[in-house]
Amino acid sequence: MALRNHPSETPDIAALKLRATSLRRHMLAMASGQGAGYIGQGLGMADVLAALYFHELRHDPGDVTWAERDRFLLSTGHYSIALWAALAEAGVLPVAELSTYGADDSRLDMSTLDTTPGVEVIGGSLGHGLGQGVGQALGLRLDKSPARVFVELSDGEMQEGATWEAAMSASSFRLDNLVALIDCNGIQADGKVVLDMEPVADKWRAFGWETQEIDGNDMAAVVGALKAARAAGGKPHAIVLRTLPGRGVPTLETREKAHFVRVDPGEWNDLIREFEKEAANG
Amino acid sequence: MAERARTLAMGQDEATGAGRAGVDAPFGHALVEAAKSRPEIVGLTADLGKYTDILPYRDAHPDRFFNVGMAEQNLVAVAAGLARTGKIPFATTYGVFATRRAYDYIAIAVAHSRINVKIVAGLPGLTTGYGGTHQAIEDLALMRMVPDLVVIDPCDATDIRQATLAIAEHDGPVYMRLLRGKVPVVLDPKAYAFRIGKAAEIRTGGDVGIISTGLMTERAIDAAEALEKRGISAGVLHVPTIKPFDADAVAAFAAKVDRVVTAENHVVVGGLASLVAETLFEKGLVKPLTRIGIPDRYIECGSVPHLQAKYGLATERMVETIAKAA
Ligand SMILES: Cc1ncc(C[n+]2csc(CCOP(=O)(O)OP(=O)(O)O)c2C)c(N)n1
Repeated sequence: MALRNHPSETPDIAALKLRATSLRRHMLAMASGQGAGYIGQGLGMADVLAALYFHELRHDPGDVTWAERDRFLLSTGHYSIALWAALAEAGVLPVAELSTYGADDSRLDMSTLDTTPGVEVIGGSLGHGLGQGVGQALGLRLDKSPARVFVELSDGEMQEGATWEAAMSASSFRLDNLVALIDCNGIQADGKVVLDMEPVADKWRAFGWETQEIDGNDMAAVVGALKAARAAGGKPHAIVLRTLPGRGVPTLETREKAHFVRVDPGEWNDLIREFEKEAANG
Repeated sequence: MAERARTLAMGQDEATGAGRAGVDAPFGHALVEAAKSRPEIVGLTADLGKYTDILPYRDAHPDRFFNVGMAEQNLVAVAAGLARTGKIPFATTYGVFATRRAYDYIAIAVAHSRINVKIVAGLPGLTTGYGGTHQAIEDLALMRMVPDLVVIDPCDATDIRQATLAIAEHDGPVYMRLLRGKVPVVLDPKAYAFRIGKAAEIRTGGDVGIISTGLMTERAIDAAEALEKRGISAGVLHVPTIKPFDADAVAAFAAKVDRVVTAENHVVVGGLASLVAETLFEKGLVKPLTRIGIPDRYIECGSVPHLQAKYGLATERMVETIAKAA
């Protein structure tokens, strides 16, 4: 039985990096079984998910309905591969079930439904996450709950008007129990991000958010930013994460940046070998 | 354990016809063709250019193509603005995002003003395994309730090409469902002519009359052939335009048969089945009606053939359903 997780006073960065490696290993196994999947995005977010599920979040893998749990809302349903890996590694889902990713009648779909344990909202219709996070943060504050709300969203989602509607309301409501984790991986469905969006961090600041900008693949930086985001200063917290799609597999890191990274069926074993070599070198 | 089928990646062909020749990206190529006589055409998408077959147009007219990013409300608003300056905007996204997220913009900025905007909507009905967020199961119902909007559900590559050319010439707002990638040819381009608001009788039969729209017409034709072998004579009326609805053709077709069957790649409430029932009742024509379509519920994720078979849209399942009813 997995124990409740809570932030450690002395986070073990090396151990968290090993967790991230483990998440990447799960994801590569899932994607190679599925034949596609959003492996680029998942590998890019592995460090952040490891830092959340094995350090920052107060959660109980044995009771995903625990009222005082911190909520993690994955707005980008297509990143489900990363969430399934994290939930399995944390003990919410059986690791053996990961091989069903994307298969008919599996709970581990290519997008997220809130009927799968550990999923807080239905993702996939992009732009839904942050507003629902605002509502949950308001509700928890009304209940005087110590729980906080973490919402992952993508750079593409910053093009949806609803994201900014939510952002403006969160700062107006002074929701310091809300943390937005914005995955700026530089890609969207049509390829490289299609609009001029910089400076992203300044936009969040202008909307009244306490904003940090970090390398989302640097574990110490991620852990440090999450700690800073605990501050109760009356402002919601934004962490702009610069992540590298395909992180951990050199071939994928350098391949053409695409929403669906191209992988030939016979290529997975080489990629996995490459990943293991990289992981062994730390 | 038997290997289970998996959800296909976005962009892979999911709706291709059984054993029929296909045409690549018929919408995008037809748009390029239409732009030859209609230079006012402009193309727009909301971060789904790759996935809505509009890239041939972008490549031919890069200066007249605008990707507004993933922002469907803005997509429709910008298209409306372009139309106000005399352009003919073709705006693409998935049906779910056009109809659910941008409904107000379609209703007011486009339809209320009868603005000349064409919305082209991918992943109609059950043509994706990405679940309820991506399956446009109720878009026809939502769109047919919008006054002055023309609503089209093409069957195949022939329909898509001809409908694209026709709506480019039509001065007014249009919502058209898209079949993308390699799209089968079902209707003979030499014999068939798409006309806005007109149904086409593809096959005559006396026992059962299948009234179908969109990709279900292909299955209706195949099902009718299979039923013939079982001694059931089935006609097929293809109704590519949901609005304005060809009530006279539907009534005339229904009058000839003992039982009416509707077949739509859409939830069975509010779409073709409802339209047919309203039409026949209004004409005082009462016939037993079998509704083939997506049940009134959200559909899970999965491989498209699995889902279509499970929910009765596959040809073999249609044959069973109709044979049982007839
Ligand atoms: C509202 C909405 N519009 C369009 C889509 C189709 N879509 C799926 S992923 C995606 C790209 C969004 O950008 P981002 O999340 O930054 O992409 P990634 O980093 O995964 O490439 C799009 C347009 C969607 N799921 N939801």
